[in-house]
Amino acid sequence: MEILLSINWILLLASLMVAATPILLAATGELVVEKAGVLNLGVEGMMIFGAIAGFAVGVETQAPLLGFVTAAVAGAALSMLFGFITQVLLSNQVATGLALTLFGLGLSALVGQGYVGIKAPILPDWNVPLLSQIPVVGPILFRHDLVLYFSIALVAATWAFLKYSRAGLILRAVGESHSAAHALGYKVVRIRLLAIAFGGACAGMGGAYISLVRVPQWTEGMTAGAGWIALAIVVFASWKPWRVLLGAYLFGGIAVLQLNLQAAGLKVPVEILSMSPYLITILVLVIISADRSRAALGAPAALGRVFHASE
Amino acid sequence: MIRLEKRPSPSNAWTAATPLLAVALTMIAGGVMFAILGKNPVVAIRTIFWDPIFGEFAWYFRGQLLIKGGPLILIAIGLSFGFRAGIWNIGAEGQYILGAIFGAAAGLAFYPDGGWFVFPLMVVFGGFGGWLWAMIPALLKVRFGTNEILVSLLLVYVAQNVLARAALGWLRNPEGAGFPGSRNLAQWDASSNPELIAGTGMHWGVVVAFLAVIGGYVLLNRHLTGYHIRLAGQAPRAARFAGVSPGRLVIFCMGVSGALAGLAGLFEVTGPAGQISIDFASGYGFTAIIVAFLGRLNPVGILLAGLLMALTYVGGDNASTNLGIPAAAIQLFQGMLLFFLLSVDVLTNYRMRIGRREAA
Repeated sequence: MEILLSINWILLLASLMVAATPILLAATGELVVEKAGVLNLGVEGMMIFGAIAGFAVGVETQAPLLGFVTAAVAGAALSMLFGFITQVLLSNQVATGLALTLFGLGLSALVGQGYVGIKAPILPDWNVPLLSQIPVVGPILFRHDLVLYFSIALVAATWAFLKYSRAGLILRAVGESHSAAHALGYKVVRIRLLAIAFGGACAGMGGAYISLVRVPQWTEGMTAGAGWIALAIVVFASWKPWRVLLGAYLFGGIAVLQLNLQAAGLKVPVEILSMSPYLITILVLVIISADRSRAALGAPAALGRVFHASE
Repeated sequence: MIRLEKRPSPSNAWTAATPLLAVALTMIAGGVMFAILGKNPVVAIRTIFWDPIFGEFAWYFRGQLLIKGGPLILIAIGLSFGFRAGIWNIGAEGQYILGAIFGAAAGLAFYPDGGWFVFPLMVVFGGFGGWLWAMIPALLKVRFGTNEILVSLLLVYVAQNVLARAALGWLRNPEGAGFPGSRNLAQWDASSNPELIAGTGMHWGVVVAFLAVIGGYVLLNRHLTGYHIRLAGQAPRAARFAGVSPGRLVIFCMGVSGALAGLAGLFEVTGPAGQISIDFASGYGFTAIIVAFLGRLNPVGILLAGLLMALTYVGGDNASTNLGIPAAAIQLFQGMLLFFLLSVDVLTNYRMRIGRREAA
């Protein structure tokens, strides 16, 4: 009990949002990709490449926001490699996604050699006028950086896009039945490539949030499975944007809580605390999948299938 | 306008030729990468692919080939069964770690008395540890329909934490002056996995890898289970009508791949690595995925692919000491190889047609 009392809960809830943002960005991007019927398992690779690309540009220009833009471009560029091989050369999406992760890890390690041990430029917090002065709620919700606010706005925009816009409807149609969408005259491959690029840009920015804000420095393999957790959160969310937000924040809460418990000196081996986010992600996946009717409800019907127009 | 026309069945000629084409393309792209890094591409490629086999110090490198190739082949053979059937175990790295920990713990329980039975017992526990770790995603998939890709991969991070705990805690050498890491298993006669023929790098793990190649070939081509695996991969619906139980196939494929990965870990910890340490996990479990695909999920192909991938490791070390090419470049090189392989695979399943598509 004393340990729980020694934790500053306001600070914890505020840092929860910071811890969740990389996964929130990446998972939102992947949600759109999967809604278009494509399973890109390369999220981890795109995140880590975004992390180093954003960090390098952020350090060189001392402009963190420029770093985020670069990370988005870098992630999208890397995702186009996946897009070309799966959509034009019709390869297996699972294998190609894995290749993208392995490739991204190698590429980022190579690019990042000169950047180990450097501190990132600080992305300033923007205190929302008036709202940030509210006691308790203010420090938790309204004293963050612009990218964090952007990530929440992105969830809202994705939700509105998929639910209310015509383009969103077409994207979902492509994900449910590519043959039907093709027969209606929609460019399946082009739509999917756009979705993949969007997913890559989001993953890249998520990675940059780790290297520029959360940590903030560059170390090899620093995403440490965040991309895979993002993939799991899309399943957890049953492919619904607001539930992605919920899932990411739940995960962020666990990640921050275990760090706080480590710092507070809980009498449990550090390794057990460090493995807890992964174990809880697995547990959540099991609970969601156990309810088969619900798990199947959200999954796009054409997810992971190869589309060849002549069929 | 080039368009693709689906072949009625995959081309046999291209099935054999695509890995070679992918290797050639990777060498070209790798050469460009080395040139960008400011190295002479021809020298770099020669240092990686030629010198370890035919160069001045080949007597040293040739042994390293089997040491690196053994675990890669062993793990990739296991993975290939599942990959054929559409069951994706990508957490072999975790199963490799757990196999090493289980095996090492079983052996150290008898320290320092020893006995002839210690090493065989460790082998059994090594395979068991890997099997057990693979059963987690397998049973969750069968019972709850949980995605085995995500669970097996997430368990790698859990396994790395278990490894750290073992090296710092319950398996730490009590006579190690407080340094992390277990007792040296390679130097204790009862548990050591020695080089069987001096200078070749051949140890028990390599022997088992070769046996796995033969076993894999027999299973896939001469056994009903192998037929079921191929059927489930090519026509899942037909397989179900033929009475193939998807659940049992998941348990079988995940179990075999987990056990083989565990064995690879055990042979590594008792031989080349020598002890359980924090940095014991070296990424073999992930590289083996590339090996399995490069070998076309075919046991003989995997044998060749494993040796080639071992060559990139050994040659990469050579290039890193002699030319200052960073280790990350080799990792990138291996990733490129898988990309090219998946890209040129289009030639196996589709025919290129030049000309306009006629209106349907």
